[in-house]
Amino acid sequence: MDPVIRLEEITRVFDTGDVQVHALRGVSLQVSPGDCLAIMGASGSGKSTLMNILGCLDRPSSGSYHLVGEDVARLSRNQLAQIRNRTIGFVFQNFNLLARTSALENVELPLLYRGVSARDRRRLAASALERVGLADRMHHGPSQLSGGQQQRVAIARALVGSPSVILADEPTGNLDSKTSVEIMQFFRGLVDDTGVTLVLVTHEPDIAAWADRMVEMKDGLIVRDRLRDQGTSPSEVTA
Amino acid sequence: MTTVQTIWVACRALLRNKMRSFLTTLGIVIGVAAVISMSAIGAGARARVSSMFESMGANILIVFSGSSRQGGMRGGQGSQPTLTWADLDRIREDIPDVRYAAPMMGIGAQVMAEGQNWQTQVRGTTADYFGIRNWPAASGEIFGDVDEDAGAKVAVVGQTVVNNLFGEDYNPVGQLIRINNIPFSIIGVAAKKGNNAWGSDEDDVVFVPSSTFRAKLQGGLQQFIPGTIMVGAVSQEATGSAKTAIEKLLRERHRIRPGNEDDFTVRNMSEMASAQQEGARTMTSLLAGIALVSLIVGGIGIMNIMLVSVTERTREIGLRMALGAKPAAILIQFVTEAVVLSVIGGLLGVAAGIGAARYLVTTFDWPLLIEPMFSVIAVGFSGIVGVVFGLYPAWKASRLDPIQALRFE
Ligand SMILES: Nc1ncnc2c1ncn2[C@@H]1O[C@H](COP(=O)(O)OP(=O)(O)OP(=O)(O)O)[C@@H](O)[C@H]1O
Ligand SMILES: [Mg+2]
Repeated sequence: MDPVIRLEEITRVFDTGDVQVHALRGVSLQVSPGDCLAIMGASGSGKSTLMNILGCLDRPSSGSYHLVGEDVARLSRNQLAQIRNRTIGFVFQNFNLLARTSALENVELPLLYRGVSARDRRRLAASALERVGLADRMHHGPSQLSGGQQQRVAIARALVGSPSVILADEPTGNLDSKTSVEIMQFFRGLVDDTGVTLVLVTHEPDIAAWADRMVEMKDGLIVRDRLRDQGTSPSEVTA
Repeated sequence: MTTVQTIWVACRALLRNKMRSFLTTLGIVIGVAAVISMSAIGAGARARVSSMFESMGANILIVFSGSSRQGGMRGGQGSQPTLTWADLDRIREDIPDVRYAAPMMGIGAQVMAEGQNWQTQVRGTTADYFGIRNWPAASGEIFGDVDEDAGAKVAVVGQTVVNNLFGEDYNPVGQLIRINNIPFSIIGVAAKKGNNAWGSDEDDVVFVPSSTFRAKLQGGLQQFIPGTIMVGAVSQEATGSAKTAIEKLLRERHRIRPGNEDDFTVRNMSEMASAQQEGARTMTSLLAGIALVSLIVGGIGIMNIMLVSVTERTREIGLRMALGAKPAAILIQFVTEAVVLSVIGGLLGVAAGIGAARYLVTTFDWPLLIEPMFSVIAVGFSGIVGVVFGLYPAWKASRLDPIQALRFE
């Protein structure tokens, strides 16, 4: 199968005036549809930088990036916005929900930039919230929800537009271990049921253990890329 | 997004910060309220002035002694009287466009009746005056040619004089009134007129025949009229030709050579009305200018708050971009917020302006004239203010880098 994500020799250099920071120094990676991939690595190893490039929020300094067969480097600002809107679903560490805005409206947000009618937006957002188990919290604002619930709203928002790729940068970073397991269970089920591609960044091995494939980064390079041992199941790791 | 959706999203964003939104829009509210109330009051004042001049008679001409260029427009006082009684007769008899012509003389005098005193204006004129002013007697009658020829000591009194000498609801016809201690008998009460265009009480007056006035109250001057001539043209359209004819006649009679200045001035009531109106209009445009400036200040207020808002909501903007908002969508969102703010400000301003105009108008006793078009323009203009002053903050928002915006603390 053609890969959803194909990175070739991606570098990213930040110019901070006096020093140049080489955040990525030649990353090549292929991700197939339905993959569930965890990126690990020390702080500052370039994980978030890579995720931003994957999410078309940032452009690489060199190298090529093909997303669903399309060369991202050739796309305009507006086309990138459209890719973010339709092909990618983001989940952030700090949830990034709009304050004083109901869960439903937060989930509707990506559909708003797609010209979906108000009624369809409402319907799709409600069913996405139902899928994350928040049918009874639709009209609550972020301040009325627990961290785990907020992250589930954010996941519903990432799902609502049926993207091909979900990018989650430390989705459980702000959650306790029990809630983290719930979130990972949900992601796992999602990948298995829908065949969506999931790329997540985490520091915790027991979270990474939920993935099928683990990529380890160090100083802007991928130093290890392996499939999960057939023997160990995630439940055993967390137990 | 459809326009309705965009506006809805803008409203939601503004409602998240109600107090601030309200305070931001206050500048526009005040600006528009000022525009609306000023224009309504100005229009009311103009209507009032023109209706008062109309009530005086639109076909009135006044002939003064002295040249207008010598500042003798008010005639009589100061400048040498040049109009004669014969001039008056000729104007009245010889000019076809002239229907009425009456002398107008006046002195301030002490009047007395039933032991009461009152200081008032005593005017010497003829029956024509009442025709020109379309001013009937409320009771009794106006003096006529017989009284004029006989120099009869008769008087027509105004309502204010009646009130002060005899008390309200008293009919003084047949009673005696002493003017500078000379007894006159009251033959009529002039119908109530109210205040004139200059705000003085038209009913505070006593009229006596011009011949009696000359003989008993203000003598001297022989052939000259110690006052003005008031002329009633046959119609309003005829005032122009009547004026030309009077000027021609008087130049001939006064033997003024071509090229020399007139020793009299003919004024048209509608000219005087339009001079007054011009004044009111200048005042209105001045106030409108001030109001406009305050609208612009209101716009700058909106820009200021929008800039603050863009900074505060940097993360929101980054998030929206990450979720697929194109730069244009962000730009439109913030411009729409500014426009919604300013248009709501404009609408509130129209309401407040109409309210203020209502209140002021009842105090001044003017008609309330609100031009719906003006309100539409004011709201439209505040919308434009919103676009102009919202554009820069919105442009700044749309240029944000999504990653940096998302990281913004
Ligand atoms: N906008 C930027 N300007 C300059 N340097 C940057 C910028 N963004 C990231 N960097 C640098 O790039 C390197 C990689 O950063 P990155 O955020 O990708 O690390 P990370 O692996 O996500 O770390 P963490 O686990 O702490 O989130 C770091 O040295 C960081 O300082
Ligand atoms: Mg990171």
